Amino acid sequence: MKLHLTRRYRFAASHRLHSDTLGEAENWRVYGKCNNPYGHGHNYVVEVAMSGPVDPSTGMIANLTDLDAFVEREVIEPFDHTYLNEDVPEFRSRVPTSENLCLEIFRRLRTFPHATLERVRLEETGLNSFEYAGEPGGSTK
Amino acid sequence: MVYLTRKIEFSASHLYHNPAFSAEENRRVFGKCNNPHGHNYVLEVTVAGEPDPTTGMVLDLKELKEILQCEVTDRMDHRFLNYEVPELAGQIPTCENIAAVIWNLLEPKIKRGHLHRVRLYETPDLFVDCYGESNGAGGAR
Repeated sequence: MKLHLTRRYRFAASHRLHSDTLGEAENWRVYGKCNNPYGHGHNYVVEVAMSGPVDPSTGMIANLTDLDAFVEREVIEPFDHTYLNEDVPEFRSRVPTSENLCLEIFRRLRTFPHATLERVRLEETGLNSFEYAGEPGGSTK
Repeated sequence: MVYLTRKIEFSASHLYHNPAFSAEENRRVFGKCNNPHGHNYVLEVTVAGEPDPTTGMVLDLKELKEILQCEVTDRMDHRFLNYEVPELAGQIPTCENIAAVIWNLLEPKIKRGHLHRVRLYETPDLFVDCYGESNGAGGAR
C-alpha cells in the first residue's frame, strides 16, 4: 500500500505574461490580456503531495508543523502579495506562467527533509490547474 | 479501464497521543491534536474496472453504497476513533492510519473491478490518498 499526504496552501500574487524574445505585437497575440503592461493577479492554491513511510510512533508521513513551516518559508512567504516578475528572481528571466510557477514550486519543495515530494498541483483560478510530478527517474526540469 | 468514485461523509472525534511519550513530548509532537477534537471526514472511494457488457456498470453503486455503510459509516460515524474502532487500536488515528484501515476494510469487499484509490479528507485542506502496491499512483486522479 502507498500513501500520499496532500496539503493545500494559498497565496495571492500578480504577474504579467511577456516574453523578451517576442516582439510587442507577438506578445499581445500570444498572451492576450495577460500581456497587459500593468500585470494582473490571482488567488493561487497549491496542493503539495508527500509520500514516505508512516512513522509508527506518530502515525504520520510528515508532521504538518514541519511541512507547513517549510512551505511557508520556501513558497508562501517569498510569493504571497508579490509581483512575481520582479520580486521572485527566477522569473526575471522566465515567463511566470502557471506552468513555470508549478515547476518552480516543485523545485523549491523537493528538498523537504522529512518526506518525498510526489506532486505539486497549482490552481491559478478555480477553473485552471497545473500539475507536476517530476520526471521519470526523479529528475526535474 | 474506467474509474468510478463514490463519496461519503462521516463525523468522528480523536486525539493524538503516544503512551510511550511523556506529556510534554506528546504536546510538543502533536500540538493541539493532543486534545480530543473532531472532524467532518470526507471519503472518496475509487474503483477501477471494465463496464460489464450487460449492465454497463463497473459495479453496482448500490452494492458499493452498502459496503461503505457497513464497513465505514457504521464503524466510524459519530465515534471516538481511539476507543471505539478496534482496527485503530494501538495506532495514532491520523489521516494516514485511518485511510490505511479503510483501504484494508474495503479492498477484500470489492468483488467487481478493484479498489484503485481511497482518498480521505480530514479537512478540505488536508487529505491522504491510499493506493495498492500494484495500482501505482499514476492512474486516474
